[in-house]
Amino acid sequence: MSTQGIEAGGTGNMPPTLMPEAGAEPLIAIRELKVHFDLGGGTAWDKLVGGSPVKRVVKAVDGVSIDIFPGETLGLVGESGCGKSTLGRAILRLTEPTSGQVLFRGENLALLSERRMRQYRRNLQMIFQDPYASLNPRMTVSQIIGEPLDTFGLARGREGEARIRELMETVGLSPRFIKRYPHEFSGGQRQRIGIARALAVDPDFIVADEPISALDVSIQAQIMNLMARLQRERNLTYLFISHDLRAIRHVSDRVAVMYLGKLVEIADARVVYDDPLMPYTKALISAVPLPDPELEATRQRIVLQGDVPSPINPPSGCRFHTRCPWAIQACKDVVPPLTEIRPNHFAACIRISPDQPDIEQVAPGDAPGLRNPGRIIAQ
Amino acid sequence: MNRLSIFGLVFIALLVLVALFAPLIATHDVGATNLAARYLSPSAEHWLGTDATGRDIFSRVVFGARISLRVGLVVVFVSGIIGTVIGALAGYYGGWIDRIVSGYVFNVFLAFPGLLLAIAMVAFLGAGLNKLILALCIIGWVGYARLIRGQVLKVREYDFVQAARALGARDWRIIFVHILPNAIQPLIVQASLGMAGAVLAEASLSFLGLGVPPPAPSWGVMLEEARDLTTLRVAPHALIVPGLAIALTVLAFNFLGDGLREYLDPRQRRR
Repeated sequence: MSTQGIEAGGTGNMPPTLMPEAGAEPLIAIRELKVHFDLGGGTAWDKLVGGSPVKRVVKAVDGVSIDIFPGETLGLVGESGCGKSTLGRAILRLTEPTSGQVLFRGENLALLSERRMRQYRRNLQMIFQDPYASLNPRMTVSQIIGEPLDTFGLARGREGEARIRELMETVGLSPRFIKRYPHEFSGGQRQRIGIARALAVDPDFIVADEPISALDVSIQAQIMNLMARLQRERNLTYLFISHDLRAIRHVSDRVAVMYLGKLVEIADARVVYDDPLMPYTKALISAVPLPDPELEATRQRIVLQGDVPSPINPPSGCRFHTRCPWAIQACKDVVPPLTEIRPNHFAACIRISPDQPDIEQVAPGDAPGLRNPGRIIAQ
Repeated sequence: MNRLSIFGLVFIALLVLVALFAPLIATHDVGATNLAARYLSPSAEHWLGTDATGRDIFSRVVFGARISLRVGLVVVFVSGIIGTVIGALAGYYGGWIDRIVSGYVFNVFLAFPGLLLAIAMVAFLGAGLNKLILALCIIGWVGYARLIRGQVLKVREYDFVQAARALGARDWRIIFVHILPNAIQPLIVQASLGMAGAVLAEASLSFLGLGVPPPAPSWGVMLEEARDLTTLRVAPHALIVPGLAIALTVLAFNFLGDGLREYLDPRQRRR
């Protein structure tokens, strides 16, 4: 019983890469999804009382379209504040979308009433980042995992308890601890409780919002392996949100990169890491340290100047133009569409095209007013 | 807990026992007047002396504890429940409910000095113990509602509340099972301070003749009856004893409240 915190038999191998075949039906189709938060300002009253003279809107998610296919793990990466968590929450309607569609089996979840949405919550679940904040400290494990069984009338009494024990075993927790409270467990064990709770309703799709970021590195691997095993056994589809680029590479079939509320690149995980197209992705990937010291010594880093601009009234055109070494005047004016530069490899950059996919071959930018030129340095 | 809060706790415990066993503890009939035994000083027969009509002050103070605690408990309990429900609804649903409740209702109630509002309310409802309690509840719930609204606003954003929503829990379940048990801790402190406030308010209103009608042994009534020059000169204990009872009770609840606040919030704990 001493091994209850350690998953047996996890090899760390993910299922073979699954590419969306042409014509495959997506499980979730997100179309032009926007989540804006109005901070006020801009009205006559605000001018009178000294508020903001312009209307301030946080465009956390600003027109995101993406398909998520059954059985795949879609990794979503980006810096803090780029809107990746908001996107995950908006899919589950934990944050109300401002506009756009979230299609699940043909039904637009964004338009459903809260009452109708409840029925879909059985299919769509979430795993949270902080295993200390995501469990009610006043409920026992049995109450926490049993709550969804109760709410949806899936199992009661003796049968319910049997289900709870079974779920605990599935995630590698000893059912002996069924009457314990969350504070009696370690971080990794608590995350397993959170996973068991999500599994209780037998969902098809799980948004995993930074599920390993709060854990020790040794525990991270266990949780990733557990999630991979559950995916194989239960045919789950994951949206795996993380800022940990190496974890994303390990678990994902495809990777989507987000910058300031917009998707900037989507491709097969291996491709995004080995051959990124969009300048921001290149900079992001070049920041990942390599485990091999010899390779690490020769790693080329693209160091971006300046900080991520505020998502309140973000830059016009391509949002990366304030930091991009290749930006030209048009980058300030034109919002770059996600374009299929190579088969199944989408990037949002007007300076590259299927004919000239390599940004390094393109002349450096000459955009007037470019405040933060990036530079390439060898480390 | 510091020494003052321990004192508060012990004093309140004693007070509760006194109130519960008042008929056994009292030495005389609280209403029995005896014109031959007016203004007596403390003695073996009358432990705390007698008042202007020869009633035993000790027995009256003992029974007075019943009135004070009854007012305090009922007011805190009823206004606490009303305040919690209204505060939780305003905090959880936000929107127009919250704009009306916290934007207008709270401010209107808080704009009036509490005691003045109570006097106006009693003048409208008429005097009497139950009407006094009703008036104090109508004023008292706002403090609890404001406190709970703030707590709910905070707790509702916690991940486990979001998780409950993601798991399809209904609103009432989220509010009563997930939010409130994690939000009501400060209410315990507020309730202790509220007891002090209610005891004081009852004494004040009774003193002004707007609370419990005179023959009843309320501490406020006793003060009012002893409010003349003869008593002050001949038998000052008739004033001092009920005054001290009020002061000590209010202090005890305040000390207990402070101690609880410190105990429940480790950041304020000294050392």
